[in-house]
Amino acid sequence: MGKAISAIAVILLLNACRFNTNDKKILPIYGNRQPVTKTVNGATVTDTIYQTIPQFKFINQYGDSISNKSLNGDIYVADFFFTTCPSICPIMHRNMLDVYNAFKNTPDVKIISHTIDPKHDSVAVLKKYADKLGITGNTWWFLQGKKEDTYKLSESYLVRKPQEDAKQVFIHDGSFLLIDKQKRIRGSYDGTDPKQVSQLIEDIKTLRSYPDEIKVK
Amino acid sequence: MKLKIIIGLGLVCIAFIISCQSDDQLEFNRYYSNGRTIYQSKCQNCHGAKGEGLLALIPPLTDSVYLKSHKDSLACIIKYGLSKPISVSGRSFEGQMPVNDLPSVEIASALTYITNSFGNKMGTITSQQVDSDLSGCR
Repeated sequence: MGKAISAIAVILLLNACRFNTNDKKILPIYGNRQPVTKTVNGATVTDTIYQTIPQFKFINQYGDSISNKSLNGDIYVADFFFTTCPSICPIMHRNMLDVYNAFKNTPDVKIISHTIDPKHDSVAVLKKYADKLGITGNTWWFLQGKKEDTYKLSESYLVRKPQEDAKQVFIHDGSFLLIDKQKRIRGSYDGTDPKQVSQLIEDIKTLRSYPDEIKVK
Repeated sequence: MKLKIIIGLGLVCIAFIISCQSDDQLEFNRYYSNGRTIYQSKCQNCHGAKGEGLLALIPPLTDSVYLKSHKDSLACIIKYGLSKPISVSGRSFEGQMPVNDLPSVEIASALTYITNSFGNKMGTITSQQVDSDLSGCR
């Protein structure tokens, strides 16, 4: 019995040490990947191509045209919502406000919220919604465009495709997705859970500290 | 021996006082604790864990003046939702509140919880009260 306890104590101690030396966290890279073999200077090199967010083009709450290029050089958080959503959207954006407040003065961090109900959520409606949340400047964009385009794009973020039931009520899963400067998915968080959103804020800080994040494709 | 009897009688008296006081208190506690569960599942996403609302988007439930002056229509607001703009704490809110077609007893529980939390203290709102308020919904 005594031996077992001291064995456990030793294991715990070892783990504690390992934990301390490993404080630089590496965020995973999500999605499909394929190896690509090419010849560089006569040597065969295998590289990995990661899944990235494809091109898109939408309009933001100011009426400006926003494409994937508008986010070049930025780490960003994406989500899907609609302004009249009675269920999980208010709590998602209550939590997203924490992300906004943490990074509103950080020029290379952005938030984009795609409306999945563009018929109701016009540019004017999105502007009003942003105003009511106290959002100013260009840190948090509310984007609208063709519904098919938004639905198609949502697939590449690994979020469940939004669905319409008979009552035209949209169901979506409330995920916040973290995208790095190379447009790769680095995290997926439950936007309705304040703890996971705090983790997201920490992970954005971690991602910003990576040296390879300075490179922009 | 005598002391034990006195203590015993004392305990019985205390038990009596607690149980007498509590018919009303028991009813309140029942409504209030059920109401908390209903609030968490039906109201909290929008109105917040502390009834704080969401900035200019969703009104707070911390304004005891609004709740007191609209006491008779609170049940109607829960059951049939709200589409007209309202003014709470001097601020205007115009979003829609969705319909929550709950049984009267659940509306009463939610209201008892709301009107006795977040700085409000309005006592029990019973299921009978809700029934009577609902008959006057416009």
